[in-house]
Amino acid sequence: MHSSSVPALEFLDARKSFGPGSAALSGLSLRVEEGEIVALVGPSGCGKTTAIRLANRLLDADSGQVRVFGAPVGDQEPVALRRRIGYVIQEGGLFPHWSVEENIETVPRLLGWPPERRRRRSHELLALVGLPPERFASRRPRELSGGQRQRVGVARALAADPPLLLMDEPFGALDPIARRAMQKEFGAWRRRLTSAVLLVTHDLREAFLLGDRVAVMEGGRVRQLGTREDLMQRPADAFVREFVSEFAT
Amino acid sequence: MREVARFLWERRAEILALTGQHVGLVLAATSVAVAIAVPLGVALTRRPRLARPVLAFANIVQTIPSLALFGFLIPLPLLGGIGARTAIVALVVYALLPILRNTHVGISSVDPAVVDAATGLGMTPGQRLRFVELPLAFPVVLAGIRIAVVVGIGLATIAAAIGAGGLGVLIYRGVATVDHRLILAGALPAALLAVAFDFGLGLFERRWGPAR
Repeated sequence: MHSSSVPALEFLDARKSFGPGSAALSGLSLRVEEGEIVALVGPSGCGKTTAIRLANRLLDADSGQVRVFGAPVGDQEPVALRRRIGYVIQEGGLFPHWSVEENIETVPRLLGWPPERRRRRSHELLALVGLPPERFASRRPRELSGGQRQRVGVARALAADPPLLLMDEPFGALDPIARRAMQKEFGAWRRRLTSAVLLVTHDLREAFLLGDRVAVMEGGRVRQLGTREDLMQRPADAFVREFVSEFAT
Repeated sequence: MREVARFLWERRAEILALTGQHVGLVLAATSVAVAIAVPLGVALTRRPRLARPVLAFANIVQTIPSLALFGFLIPLPLLGGIGARTAIVALVVYALLPILRNTHVGISSVDPAVVDAATGLGMTPGQRLRFVELPLAFPVVLAGIRIAVVVGIGLATIAAAIGAGGLGVLIYRGVATVDHRLILAGALPAALLAVAFDFGLGLFERRWGPAR
């Protein structure tokens, strides 16, 4: 269905404002190819969360286009689109009244998978994210640590094998130790689980660690997209130079 | 004291019948109020601009003295007149506000991150309401129903004034004949009912309230 020339996610001059004189996105163009992680990094208010919300139509662009595997999202039914895209938010956003396995089975249940298949999948994912199902499957989110909740959030996003994963500050609420552990492990899981990832973070270190390519955003658009080396050694402008200089150690 | 007890015992059949009538009035009114106020409370969370004026209006209605409200209702066609129907309408009016307010507060105070996740994972608005928002708001909604029931049990004693029956019948009769035993025969069971319902619904709330 998708040839390798079609990007998993593409923003074409996307613009969005939340009222006159306050453009959240002022012409965002960006491609996330199949098989890669693009980390979107920038100061708070640079529009990175707005960008991620355009991809699964939690917001709609004022102008420009967003395409998922070549198809403009504006032409797609939002509910169906979202079930095909994984979505992880800060602190997981787990449903507090559901057990861990019920949380993970959310999208499979919405898609009408039979119960045994859902259960098999959720336990498989739990094992993969380092939470043995026999100990964790029937716990409630409040019985988990922040890092464990975040693992469940990732497992939930990936339950129905979405080819594209959106992550909005997924590790932002964790303490530094849990955060490092998650970052390290996530790099290992994700190749087995999903094809393309758009990761939003304000942490340049995380962006460099996880992103195959890193897009530095400021003022509602991408200032520079490139590898760590590109950004460090050939910054496109003064802002990028300043932004990555904090990492020059 | 002993004399009162004997008096109550002798009239147990009548007291029991009136207690049943009393509970019937309150439960009928509360059911109607739930059927109106819960959907309306949900609708107000979807239309935030309407929430303030509607809740303010419900607040004002709540301040109308109950005897006055019965008076207003009697001449009205369909809703009014003499009898149980009018009493139920009045009880519904008083039960609406606590249920409406608690439904609105309960749904609006669901963690925005949880709502965002529900939408972002592909729940329709109806699924989000059914699977996430209502279950999480349930203890708060139930607390509103509990208040409505307890208040309703007290108010329903006045329903006897318009011929709707209930334990108020004994109280009014006792006042008219200056018989304190009759007053107690109505007031004691009414008070016990209020305490029992408050306690029972409280247990239910703790038992069925989802873990937050």
